[in-house]
Amino acid sequence: MSEPEIRETVLRVLGEIAPEADLTLLNPQARLRDQLDIDSMDFLNFIIGLHKELHVEIPERDYARLATLAGCVDYVATAIRSNSTA
Amino acid sequence: MSDFLMPKLGADMSAGTLVAWHKKPGDKVRRGDIMAEVDTDKGVIDIEAFSDGIVESLLVDPGTSVPVGMPLARLSAETGPSPPTPTSPSVPATPIAKLTPVPRASVPSAATASPVDLSRLRISPSARQRARELGVDPRTVQGMGRGGAITREDIEQAAASRTTVTESTTSPAMPSSVKPAETVDRNLRMRQAIAAAMSRANREIPHYYLSTTIDMKAALDWLAKQNEQRSVTDRLLYGVLLLKATAVALHVVPELNAFWQDDRLVVQSSIHLGVAVAMRSGGLIAPALHDADRKSLSDLMREFRDLVARVRAGGLRSSELSDPTITVTSLGEQGAEAVYGVIYPPQVALVGFGKVVERPCLADRNLVDRPVVTATLAGDHRATDGHRGSIFLAAVDRLLQEPEKL
Repeated sequence: MSEPEIRETVLRVLGEIAPEADLTLLNPQARLRDQLDIDSMDFLNFIIGLHKELHVEIPERDYARLATLAGCVDYVATAIRSNSTA
Repeated sequence: MSDFLMPKLGADMSAGTLVAWHKKPGDKVRRGDIMAEVDTDKGVIDIEAFSDGIVESLLVDPGTSVPVGMPLARLSAETGPSPPTPTSPSVPATPIAKLTPVPRASVPSAATASPVDLSRLRISPSARQRARELGVDPRTVQGMGRGGAITREDIEQAAASRTTVTESTTSPAMPSSVKPAETVDRNLRMRQAIAAAMSRANREIPHYYLSTTIDMKAALDWLAKQNEQRSVTDRLLYGVLLLKATAVALHVVPELNAFWQDDRLVVQSSIHLGVAVAMRSGGLIAPALHDADRKSLSDLMREFRDLVARVRAGGLRSSELSDPTITVTSLGEQGAEAVYGVIYPPQVALVGFGKVVERPCLADRNLVDRPVVTATLAGDHRATDGHRGSIFLAAVDRLLQEPEKL
């Protein structure tokens, strides 16, 4: 899966969590929680959504690495790569 | 035979608009089955049947605004179609929907009197007296008391909401229904409903406030270990530990899990936590997590997730809105450090949790950093005092120090 595809999927899952937000305005380097009105329940649903869509295991200790859009894309890309080489 | 009435889904509701029926005449219903969808200022709510029976007739068409306490449908006993009785012909055959809506508290006339017999109403003498004073027809009031009994507060609320109801239901251009719900600004209506309930709370309830700081290290360490072993869909949020600890601590001070009705405290035997959930469009709803004291953390988490999803996407059930026995508001990680809440009548307490923050603490005379949360209690001084409230907060603290037992 290419990075643009991953990015698109991440944005789609985010869109389900925060349907009112205009995700084209997201700064990929800034924390999602500072830009979107999401609480811990929303974030958990976001992680569950990524898990279902992209089949990646995301342990709780890695949550900090998914704080930004860029971080999410990077994390998922790395996870998929290590899945396919494993 | 029984009437299926427009329920009162919280202290701030005066009327609802029927959106759709889920049952038709002849259908068998069980208590708890979804009968209809009703649009309220809290969104579209699934209304459950209050008793078993067979749907005899539907009295209201979709699109109709119906005051709380007015019949929506008629149910017959389950033993088969009810035999024709001499009284049936006198029951207005015209659906309520076809009647010109009238202010709910007006003097009853033949066209507006609901078939509820005044003498069979569950209403306290003081509420009956108050109804006379305020010119409220008790038959149009949905009781919030024990077993649906009508209380003084219900009567006063009905009188207070009279003006609003009059405006929203009497439109000469559209005698049988109000404006379609879509055209009404739901945010505005929700704001008005919150304003009505909270103004009443601040007017009537002598609040007292307590606050305590709780060390969350044990709870969060235990939670991290738990979540390591759990698949992503089964993970727990620390908010669920706070909810369970609150529910269990109510066993220690049961008088906080109660309603203030007819100038006295009525302790509730079940613990239904009203969990304040912010809506994306603004405003908030506090639907019930039923019997939270008796559920495992995993079950509570599953139900909490489901509840939040339904607050956001629709599908809340009437029982969830009408029966919380105490409210819990947890501000979460983006919130302030402490919240001093306004009690939702007829409840007598509200428990608040701020966000978890790292703070320097003394442990064995050493300065250490610790995650702490500020727990607050807003109590109704008519019902309890600070001493009992303090015992409650201490119990919440103690329970959170042994998370494995929750």
